Amino acid sequence: MNKVMSNIWMITLYILPALLLLLVLIYIPLGLSAYYGLMEWDGIGNMKFIGLENFITGIQDMKFWSSVYHSFLLALFSALSLLAYLAISLILASNIKGSDILRKIYLIPMLLSSVAIAQLWIKVYNPTNGMLNSFLMAIGIDDPPAWLAEPSLVLYAIFIPILWQYAGFYILIYYAALKNIPAALVEAARMDGASPWQVAFNIKLPLIKGVFKVTIVLAIVGSLKYFDLIYVMTGGGPNGASEVMASYMYKVAFRSYDFGYGSAIGFLLLIITLMVTFIVRKLTVSDEEELQY
Amino acid sequence: MQRVGYVVLYVILIIIAIVQIFPLFWLFLFSLKDNQQIFAKSPFSLPDHPHWENYLKAWQGNIGTYFFNSIWISTVAVVLTVLFASMATFAITRMKWKLSKLVLGLFMVGLMIPLHSALIPLFKLYLSVDLIDNPISVVLSYTAFHLPVTMMILLGFYYTLPKEIEEAAIMDGCSVNLLFARIILPMTTSVLSTTVIINMIYNWNEFVFVNTFISSDQYKTLTVGIQNFIGQYQTDWGPIGATLIISIVPIPILYIFFSNKIVEGMSASAIKG
Repeated sequence: MNKVMSNIWMITLYILPALLLLLVLIYIPLGLSAYYGLMEWDGIGNMKFIGLENFITGIQDMKFWSSVYHSFLLALFSALSLLAYLAISLILASNIKGSDILRKIYLIPMLLSSVAIAQLWIKVYNPTNGMLNSFLMAIGIDDPPAWLAEPSLVLYAIFIPILWQYAGFYILIYYAALKNIPAALVEAARMDGASPWQVAFNIKLPLIKGVFKVTIVLAIVGSLKYFDLIYVMTGGGPNGASEVMASYMYKVAFRSYDFGYGSAIGFLLLIITLMVTFIVRKLTVSDEEELQY
Repeated sequence: MQRVGYVVLYVILIIIAIVQIFPLFWLFLFSLKDNQQIFAKSPFSLPDHPHWENYLKAWQGNIGTYFFNSIWISTVAVVLTVLFASMATFAITRMKWKLSKLVLGLFMVGLMIPLHSALIPLFKLYLSVDLIDNPISVVLSYTAFHLPVTMMILLGFYYTLPKEIEEAAIMDGCSVNLLFARIILPMTTSVLSTTVIINMIYNWNEFVFVNTFISSDQYKTLTVGIQNFIGQYQTDWGPIGATLIISIVPIPILYIFFSNKIVEGMSASAIKG
């Protein structure tokens, strides 16, 4: 038994295809992005070593930092929206008839491509014929804004479809966690005279704290990677007002053909994402330990 | 009193459901209208008669090719992803070797990596082996980048498989390959089908890899193809709506048949790690 299942050739045979793909197409490119970041390179011609110049440019590039700021803002919005999703899940999981079909309806936008969602919401936001402004004009607001062309509004306008897209996903997760709470616990509390509010805040929410932490990490890290929706809806515009890290990197590399600088930004994106993941995990874990002692 | 509260909560939940599907209903409405109706009448009005010619117009572009590409590229990538992920999960959870924990860790860290950080080096890699504007680059990228999440869903299931089964099989002289192909894989069909559907949705909706690696129309998938098509028809809303509907319609069909699997896969892809 042991001999067969620890045969080195068999192990290699089974792990190799996946491991090779992982190393060659993910880990090695990640390392290379740091290396290419040290080059001046237009994507086709020869590379020229220029040291840390690209990284120094990045640190001084206000456009880059404004894209970082927008990414963090979206991450903050996403984290806050979790509270709304949680509230909806609490209602949905409290013995509501048809809760199963409702949560399945909520999930529909999550299954569509971000490109289709972006195209649909471009139409929703159309200044004259879109669903939103037609509605606003119908209720007497004469001069509704051109949402995606207004630098001060565009980031919020982009966040609405994101909120819409991910609602079903997080509600699904919270719903499953809430349904996992032993019914006996809730019943006992009700018997002792606890109100629905008390049951929610003192029993249900503490019990799904772990799941909530996981979703915070997911929401924040996920937001730092946003690309498709923004790229299609605004291309980062108007005038950089909705530029995020990934879209800025893409623009520098594949539109301005500055692949060296693009690689440097790609690498900074990696470092920032990993650092934020680490910090958010650290914060939530120490929280948990506090609870235990 | 409690009754009233219940009704209020119910109404809230139903309003949210309407918000979640109304934009899609509106999309379907304008996919059946001509420009005159779209621009002159209320956006919430029903079409005077359904303008199916919008769908004809949409189909006359390259959308048939894009549709076909989406199907075969997604399918090939799903088969490779699920096969390689199953093999790797089998090796990590059932076989005994020193580095298994470390390799598992590598795959799980892969879940957090932003693909944009790898994009330029990947582009250069494919360029150097002449795979740019070749769908193989897209298939390989889909497979590699979806291995971690697929393995995460599979892991929980593999850990629960009883050891006695493989012990008995090996005692009877069954080889590792037979054990995997004839015993383990059939036992995991339920979780396998979940990973197949989830991967199918991911691949169907993917945009960045195709947009970056593919330039000829003949290899583009729907997400990138409709993007070009819509660029040409900017003011012609009807065909745009029809194109979007065609591009998303397989998903609701899949959802009607496999909603439980999709729900299961979506939550498993988030939590287990």
